Amino acid sequence: MTRARKAVALISGGLDSLLAARLMLDQGIHVEGLNFYTGFCVEGHTHAIRERRRDKPRRNNALWVAEQLGIRLHLIEVVEEYKAIVINPKHGYGANLNPCLDCKGFMVGKARAWMEANDFDFIITGEVLGQRPNSQRRDALPVVARESGAFDRLLRPLCAKLLAPTLPEREGWVDRDKLLALNGRNRKPQIALAESYGFHEYAQPAGGCCFLTDANYSNRLSDLWATRGNKHYEIDDIMLLKVGRHMRPAPNFKLIIGREEGENNYLGGYRRRFVHMTATSHNGPLVLIEGEPTDADVQLAARLTARFGQGRHADKVTIEVTDPHGGSRLLEVSPLPSNEIPSSWYL
Amino acid sequence: MNRYQLDARNLLCPMPVIRTQDRMAALQSGDILEVRCTDPGAMQDIPTWCRISGHEVLDSRIEDGDVVVTIRAGGPTGSK
Repeated sequence: MTRARKAVALISGGLDSLLAARLMLDQGIHVEGLNFYTGFCVEGHTHAIRERRRDKPRRNNALWVAEQLGIRLHLIEVVEEYKAIVINPKHGYGANLNPCLDCKGFMVGKARAWMEANDFDFIITGEVLGQRPNSQRRDALPVVARESGAFDRLLRPLCAKLLAPTLPEREGWVDRDKLLALNGRNRKPQIALAESYGFHEYAQPAGGCCFLTDANYSNRLSDLWATRGNKHYEIDDIMLLKVGRHMRPAPNFKLIIGREEGENNYLGGYRRRFVHMTATSHNGPLVLIEGEPTDADVQLAARLTARFGQGRHADKVTIEVTDPHGGSRLLEVSPLPSNEIPSSWYL
Repeated sequence: MNRYQLDARNLLCPMPVIRTQDRMAALQSGDILEVRCTDPGAMQDIPTWCRISGHEVLDSRIEDGDVVVTIRAGGPTGSK
């Protein structure tokens, strides 16, 4: 009796990896999922920080997918290892600071190591030929297979019929005739397939599952690197880039301004690391000041803090400025009029 | 059977689940782990992870503003 073959699936929480894994389960393959936490995942922290969409249940989509499929999911933190991918991608960036090809090679490489350590047979992904301009081009797919070390143990069930047969197909572990030939950016076939399986509440984030595909986020990260003079980051740096309104009036300092209560609460966790300010005479945001502001800069930051609170139309707003050690002082300022805020300050 | 506690406060999704997963991997079947989190998403995510991983959620509650989930370890969480 032959043993059941085992596949490890990269599970992002999106529709494609859900369908790819389901196709394998339909063929009697034992499937377990891997989900990598890089620090840039849209999935993750954002729903915990902001208070928006209270009508939607808070959930981790990768866990939701695993439960729909009835498979185990192993979540793996790769924050430190992933820095090398973001900072110096061998294959460069996509439209923004998204190192998609390097990222895919990295994740499939981690999956290969996991496969070998856990006695699994092959790896599956939800990649679709031609769906993404950087990592899913016809010439890019072999790069991922080669650089990850997965070679022909990497199977893409959604577009396998458009590619050379892989080991699982040649060995008969998987019936190639039951795999798909999806191609391009049209999502209708996946949506129809999801409907046929009865999957309805799957996630379809517009820019994929990574903040690095987002132009605004990439702009903030570029600014962080440019003003620090190097391309390094810590996890708190990249978390703060996700939160609040960011304004840089000058190279030596920027403001991170909470936009609602959830963000103010989150930024409050950083009060012991930043000069911070908030209005005491009116309701308003918590504002962190990153960098080395002069006294004049602090004055300007206080006027901006007043501008984004409920005292924006008042003659004077009292702002409490607190240093990281807890020492505080009060400033009475006039809110900065919106027409005195150059658009170039917004990151 | 032993009881353990895990402080996952001030961590945001998915880190409370990852810390829980990693801690559970070291426990014996029947051991109990109480996880304390500040991320409200943990109220849903940790029980979901337990269901797909063969562990039993004994209790989940809000206590002093924290999410507290009590888990009894099932079988091994590894894949070998």
